[in-house]
Amino acid sequence: MSDSIDIINAFALLTNFVILPALSYGSQLALGALAVTLVYSILRFSNFAQGDSMAFGTMLVILISGYMISKGWTITGFPTAILAIPLALVGMSIYLLLMDRLVYRHYRGIKIKQSIVGITASIGVMFITGGIVRFFLGASAQRFGDGERFIFSVREFKAFTGLQQGIALKTSQFLTITLAILLVAFLFYFLQKTKTGKAMRAYSDNKELALLSGIDPDKVVRITWLLVALFTTIAGTLYGLDKGFAPQQYHLLLLPIFASVIVGGIGSPIGAIAGAFLVAFSEIFLTYAYKKFLIYLLPLSMHPNSLVQLIGTEYKYAISFVILIIVLLIKPTGLFKGKVIVDE
Amino acid sequence: MNNIKAIWEANKVIASFTIMGLILLFVGMNQSWALALGIFNMSLISAIMALGVNIQWGYAGLFNVGIMGFAALGGVSVVLIAQQPVTEAIDAGGMKMFLSLIIGAVTVITGVLLNRRGVNKWLTAVVVVIGYLITRYYFSEAADLIEKVDPAITGYLGGFGLPIAFSWIVGGLAAAGAAWWIGKITLGLRTDYLAIATLGISEIILYVIKNEDWFVRGLKNVYGLPRPVPYEVDMQQSEWFQNIIAWLHKSELQLLTQSEQIDQLGIYVREAAVVFVKLCYSSLFIAILGAFIILSNLALNSPWGRKVRAIRDNEVAASAMGKNIKRQHLQIFVIGSAIVGVAGALLVTYDGIFIPTAYQPLRFTFLIWVMVILGGSGNNLGSVLGAFIIWFIWIQAGPMGLWVVEMLGNNIQEGGVFLEFIEDRVHYLRLVFMGTILLLIMRFSPGGILPEKNKEL
Repeated sequence: MSDSIDIINAFALLTNFVILPALSYGSQLALGALAVTLVYSILRFSNFAQGDSMAFGTMLVILISGYMISKGWTITGFPTAILAIPLALVGMSIYLLLMDRLVYRHYRGIKIKQSIVGITASIGVMFITGGIVRFFLGASAQRFGDGERFIFSVREFKAFTGLQQGIALKTSQFLTITLAILLVAFLFYFLQKTKTGKAMRAYSDNKELALLSGIDPDKVVRITWLLVALFTTIAGTLYGLDKGFAPQQYHLLLLPIFASVIVGGIGSPIGAIAGAFLVAFSEIFLTYAYKKFLIYLLPLSMHPNSLVQLIGTEYKYAISFVILIIVLLIKPTGLFKGKVIVDE
Repeated sequence: MNNIKAIWEANKVIASFTIMGLILLFVGMNQSWALALGIFNMSLISAIMALGVNIQWGYAGLFNVGIMGFAALGGVSVVLIAQQPVTEAIDAGGMKMFLSLIIGAVTVITGVLLNRRGVNKWLTAVVVVIGYLITRYYFSEAADLIEKVDPAITGYLGGFGLPIAFSWIVGGLAAAGAAWWIGKITLGLRTDYLAIATLGISEIILYVIKNEDWFVRGLKNVYGLPRPVPYEVDMQQSEWFQNIIAWLHKSELQLLTQSEQIDQLGIYVREAAVVFVKLCYSSLFIAILGAFIILSNLALNSPWGRKVRAIRDNEVAASAMGKNIKRQHLQIFVIGSAIVGVAGALLVTYDGIFIPTAYQPLRFTFLIWVMVILGGSGNNLGSVLGAFIIWFIWIQAGPMGLWVVEMLGNNIQEGGVFLEFIEDRVHYLRLVFMGTILLLIMRFSPGGILPEKNKEL
């Protein structure tokens, strides 16, 4: 077999096991990171409940889609979970607005360090949310995807191209990337073009000035939580469709999400997206075992014996942490000039 | 009515501790003394942890969301100090492991030095990556060799075989080291960064403990750690102990026949041995907790304490007075984490086994937080009281919840499946319950039960 085919095979392998997974994981992180950034820009605190909120949204989707499947309200080949999102979104919005009304609103009215009290309160909310999720679904992992698993499978791809290595496109990956693009486009349109979006940006840039120009703060906060509900539910559902649902896993997503937000620059939506893809690609590139890839590229004498894995898979969360530390050491404002690096 | 209120205000501390003591006495009389002492001892350990967190949060307003990680470092140090070394494993892979760790350390130091000298960043990166690859090569080989040595019983390097009391100090030092590193990077930046970094480091510490079997056996747990107090079995066999118990129960024993007396005495001795061992632990923990409380109260009332509170209450003003805020925060963060590390070591000493999966953020990080905030942030005695109350609720809430569910179950005949479901999951509601307590106190009584006295300088 000629060398060029080997190179194509090697890259097909890489696309299947590294690039596609990293793209979809990055999109899921980006949606979560956008939710954190939104809360940060408007409410001025880091939302520690984000991971568990994603679990809560996914829980709603699982319960609703379970009911839909039992009633037979499905579309053949299409994941029912996606059909359940609109209804789950309503539930999630109610939950977040309720939490805002019961917990966060009180502290906005008093003069106090918003960042500290916000974190403490959100940690309280985090545990309440986590407890509710575990109460209804238990702590163990489960899968809830149905319908076609693949848009095209490895076998179909091989038959079509004649390559040794195939690329499969999972339905969940395809949906993740498409939905992420749509949502991000919607968010940027909303923030740049609509009146409410402009009000939100003004509020985020300078609260006092925004209030003086007659912007209704309650409305801005309400819209923020609605957007957070949208991003959180969809990010959680897509992550669950891709990797399965486990409450602890969602809780731990907090780390890569925060890393993404800080790497990109707190409060900057573009930064959050860039940060998310940086974190996702580093995580998957560093934990992938390159043995097969190198066998395609190197001459026989240089074939590796070990897995050629830079970091064990069990340490993937450590990677986001290390990225976080490096950014804090070198450029604490993040790649896209975040808001502030010291307390206001 | 006003009178009662005034008396309560004046004797709040004594009154609340007395009530807590009476509740524990009640548990001892009605359930069992072993249970009551068990709760008491765990409360003492939690109180030490809460004290450490109170120093960080109450004195300086620093956010530590990684209490679990620091406690786990304390636990690891117990294994590393007190366990006997496994000579076969050391012969098999000890040297290689040592070598790989040395190469790793050299790599890190070279990387830092090159970076400081301003050498080209790419060159530095290349050096670090090559060093890392060499380290990893030797490291995985050594780890394999060590883990192959009798994996069912050992499969790890063991410890130094030193007296267990050393491990409490080492645990404190290990936690302090980790805290220094984290604090150095994140303090001085936004408040949230410290919280996020501590959250991250605590998870990573646990990943390392769970996955590196050669280190402290990973998920296989470490059993049979040595004890600082006598074993129950030895107590049962020692004559003086039997004589004391016989003397204590003299009147009851006299009513029985000879053979019955011996049987009954055996039962009494067995129960008493458990209680006695727990009491030994209690006195040990009380001594350590007392020492920490006295020291931290002295510190809080010294010029140092005033400086710390001044920084907490108004950073800008304190900074204008020439206080180095970042250094002060770092110092406090390290001290607080060290105390948490000591408490983590005491906890593993008390349990006698090291189980990595027992470290749950809820149990270690969150519960301690609720203790500090409920008791009264900034008040050391408040943290101790908070520890007792919350631990008591934590232990008794499960049985009480189940009891309520069962009561309902007796009355409702239908819906058995539903009840079974609730019985199965009811313990997760503790999360919701504790979260609610935290939010309620924050909202309606931010000072806690025993608010800080010298809040206003």
